[in-house]
Amino acid sequence: MGDQSTGWLPDPMSTFAGEVDTLFYFTLYVSTIIFVAVMAAMVYFGIRYRRRSETEVPEFVRESRILETTWVVVPTILVMIVFTWGFKVFVDLQTAPPDSYEITVRGAQWFWEFQYDTGVTSANELYVPVNRPIKLRMTGSDVLHSFFIPAFRVKMDVIPNRYTSVWFEAIEIGTYQVFCTEYCGTNHSAMLATVHVVSQEDFDAWMVAQDQDLPPAELGERLFRQYTCVVCHVDTSVGPNLAGIFGSERELTDGSTVIADEDYLLESIVNPSAKVSSGYGLQMPATFGTMSQKQLDGLIAYIKTL
Amino acid sequence: MASHPLDGHPAHLEHHFVSSEQQFDAAKMGMWLFLITEILLFSGMFVLYTVYRSWHPEVFALVSEVLDWRMGGFNTLVLLASSFTVALGIHYAQKNDNRKLIINLVLTLIFALIFLVVKYFEYTGKFAHGIYPGAAFDPHGIVDGLDYAKYNVPYAAQFFSIYFVMTGIHAFHVIVGIGVFIWITLRASRGEFSAAYYTPVELTGLYWHLVDIIWIFLFPLLYLI
Amino acid sequence: MSATAQDASINFLNYDKSLKSWLFTKDHKRIGLMYLVAVSIAFLAGGILALLVRLELLGPGETIMGPDQYNQSFTLHAVLMVFAFIIPAVPAVFGNFVLPLQLGAKDVAFPKLNLASFYIYLIGVVIAMSALLVGRIDGGWTFYAPYSERVGDSILYVTTGVFVMGFSSILTGLNFIVTVHKMRAPGLTWNRLPLFVWSIYATAIVQVLATPVIGITMVLLFLERFLSIGIFDPALGGDPVLFQHFFWFYSHPAVYIMILPAFGIVSDLIGTFSRHRVSGYLFVALSSVAIAFLGFLVWGHHMFVSGQSATSSIVFSLLTYLIGIPTGVKVLNWVTTLYKGSISYKTPMLYALMFLFTFSIGGFTGVMVGVLGIDIHLHDTYFVVAHFHYVMMGGSVIAGLGALHYWWPKMTGRMYNERLGKIAATLVFFGFNLTFFPQFIMGSRGMPRRYYDYLPEFQQMHQLSTYGSWVLGVGLFMILGYLLMSLKTGKKAPSNPWGALTLEWTHTTPLPHPHNFTQTPVVVRGPYDYHLVPEMFENAAEDGSVKSVHDVSQPAS
Repeated sequence: MGDQSTGWLPDPMSTFAGEVDTLFYFTLYVSTIIFVAVMAAMVYFGIRYRRRSETEVPEFVRESRILETTWVVVPTILVMIVFTWGFKVFVDLQTAPPDSYEITVRGAQWFWEFQYDTGVTSANELYVPVNRPIKLRMTGSDVLHSFFIPAFRVKMDVIPNRYTSVWFEAIEIGTYQVFCTEYCGTNHSAMLATVHVVSQEDFDAWMVAQDQDLPPAELGERLFRQYTCVVCHVDTSVGPNLAGIFGSERELTDGSTVIADEDYLLESIVNPSAKVSSGYGLQMPATFGTMSQKQLDGLIAYIKTL
Repeated sequence: MASHPLDGHPAHLEHHFVSSEQQFDAAKMGMWLFLITEILLFSGMFVLYTVYRSWHPEVFALVSEVLDWRMGGFNTLVLLASSFTVALGIHYAQKNDNRKLIINLVLTLIFALIFLVVKYFEYTGKFAHGIYPGAAFDPHGIVDGLDYAKYNVPYAAQFFSIYFVMTGIHAFHVIVGIGVFIWITLRASRGEFSAAYYTPVELTGLYWHLVDIIWIFLFPLLYLI
Repeated sequence: MSATAQDASINFLNYDKSLKSWLFTKDHKRIGLMYLVAVSIAFLAGGILALLVRLELLGPGETIMGPDQYNQSFTLHAVLMVFAFIIPAVPAVFGNFVLPLQLGAKDVAFPKLNLASFYIYLIGVVIAMSALLVGRIDGGWTFYAPYSERVGDSILYVTTGVFVMGFSSILTGLNFIVTVHKMRAPGLTWNRLPLFVWSIYATAIVQVLATPVIGITMVLLFLERFLSIGIFDPALGGDPVLFQHFFWFYSHPAVYIMILPAFGIVSDLIGTFSRHRVSGYLFVALSSVAIAFLGFLVWGHHMFVSGQSATSSIVFSLLTYLIGIPTGVKVLNWVTTLYKGSISYKTPMLYALMFLFTFSIGGFTGVMVGVLGIDIHLHDTYFVVAHFHYVMMGGSVIAGLGALHYWWPKMTGRMYNERLGKIAATLVFFGFNLTFFPQFIMGSRGMPRRYYDYLPEFQQMHQLSTYGSWVLGVGLFMILGYLLMSLKTGKKAPSNPWGALTLEWTHTTPLPHPHNFTQTPVVVRGPYDYHLVPEMFENAAEDGSVKSVHDVSQPAS
């Protein structure tokens, strides 16, 4: 998952990450120097002027105007430097180059979906060419999410019914972690994705491969993993385990029973609140209703094999 | 010692104050601070109104015609009159004229009730045609030659949500005011107030002026523009 | 009236020991103590939840609870700590107990309202917590729409509870502002006010001006869940970013409700324990009030990645520094107060110095997250969690512990064990830093907050943090233990154990009943003018206490 440095920040992997880091370390070091100086003064005074007798009363010390002016003026200058610098970096972060390659991002409970200009979509796996500015146009379909790639130093909230955007230009081939950083419910911490930074040739090849028709069950298997169905239905017991579910009799929360046939599986994917299995809460979001018929067929075909 | 009232210590003076003036000043300052919090409470809603209006000016201009400016205008006059009577009440309290104080308090009460009755007819008139706050919003029917169905546009529901929330919270303040006026009137009828002590009348008056002033802002924003 | 009119053996604790006399008391001192009990229970509950949250994070995946329990635990921890503990803690406990005393007043301006505030607070807490009976409290203390509205009807109880608690906060603030303006003893001019009074005054301004806005925000959130009014929820045509503006318009100033009282406490402690006038008194006093007002202009710095316009982000970032600089200057003022002082290391002073350390780290990291370019990376990571806790816990709670140890003798009439106090302070210091410092590091490496599960590379830092929470927990439980013990076995407290000059120490301990002062004090000098009264310390005892003198603040003649 990308190189994790052992310092404060992960290794910078986008064009402007280095600039962010320089600013970060400048602020950190200046702060540390001032902090250490102030603490040293505190410790020194604390020892030098410790009370030696309970009857002593120290003399009045007149305040020094020069000293007071200094410690207002110097920090003001320092923070203005930091502000101006931060402002410049911020503007860079906000302004995508006009020739950026655009990818549409949709955040939903609890997966990321990426749609490319060719119409190809992928879930939780973002492929981007190296050394090329990428602009992500992002929107959400349920609650707030936030799209964060630490290695690129970019983050932006993802809001339903509105587009926000981030841009970056990756400088090294590799895979990098994506986090959701706006709390969004049960599986917030599993709403992860991976950025695959590849060469332009590999990117084109990947794009072509996506268009190939996979057998339904294989497509379903991939979707099952990409859309993180696996988190609730296999890894944890947030939802019922799906192994052997096809054709079995399911008891529902209202006490009735139903045979888990194709229709039931389909309904449970697109409208999960309709028939909830007994013993489970309504945790499954309705966000999978937007899948294409081909994807749904694939998922059901895969579930049947479980 | 001071747990027993000293000679010449007025009955209304609480033990922890030094003088009646200190007590009166403190009470008045407290009331002003409370009014500031009320203004801030309504400011939040005015900001909400401004934001949504600036986003959807044409929708707000269109649907505000549903509100009847005659009823709103009448209510404005009623509240202004009640502010006047309450001010007169304070004036007569200062003059030690208890009878006129009571008359003016009762008049204020009546005006406040009239305001609420008008509000009731306004609300039920809206509800009858499916104009509810929020998801139940479904305008229909024809009133005065206006087909309400044409108001079923996006963000019209937001306008009426804001309308009901603002006027609803305002009406709640009127109801609270009525309760306080009943209490003040009862105390006045027991002869508790005089030129030496009329703090509760004065403070209630301040509160009532605020309720009035907020309506004076609400009326043009919601009904007229 | 004469000084002998009050029986010296009758004090505010023992004049009537019935439960009823406590529950219906209008005495600010007793109300302060009742608040102390109430907020301590909230702190205990919130603290236990914090320990559970940390324990869950000891390893990735499930350690002791599932994701839903975890999410509810951190939410409940935050709601309890923010709304039920830290906002009322210092103003309502120490403000109530100390403020009228430091002013030389018999009580706050509106004692009945004061008692009402207490019960309104309790009712608010009960309503908010009854949400647990109907569903779950989820979504974090920030209640960001639309998630918070989708959690279930429990949000109706939480919003109502917060609204009611806010009402209590407003009434307390209102009461204190009027008290400071109208109830000061003769001679107690504005530039002779103890800095604690100044800070409570500034806090009260924020309470009065900001809280109505969270009130209306909670009303709107309630109505949106109840009637779907479509203001915040994008599915209904609303705007979730607008909710964040409303929320932070209150909640950023609310941060100053939490931290400003700490500034006052630390000023008083450092002044007292170095027997020195607080350097830059006027600056420290007035900057608190200035910060109270400026605090209303910076809420947008919580929203740099929320989708608000770039221009607003830039303006908010700039304004943030307007607050940062005076805050930093205060720290320098406290340190220079030590210069040529006579510094005594009693437990309260240890907390004051600890505050300078932890709060400075909180402040510097606050500057870092205020820098636009850096905040994009740090926002919503553990870096922010650590910064927040360094300011809130390292600032307010540490200062609050200092205040508790400082005024405990006055409140209870008993001394606690000084040695245990120092040991616990040391544990708290190391435990606190061990808990939260690693969070800066993992946050800057990208660990997002509110994560039930995490990647293996963050485990080392999470483990350190969890170990730290144990040390911190031991320290805090130790404090609880020896303070409770002191009620039974503690030495009787002298009236002025620390040799302080402010008015609350000029009378017997515990304070008499029915009045705080047998005669109205007349103030003739500033609160830390030790150099004017060297004679007061000529006969100081070994432990630093001085004889209680009624006239320490009166003309020597």
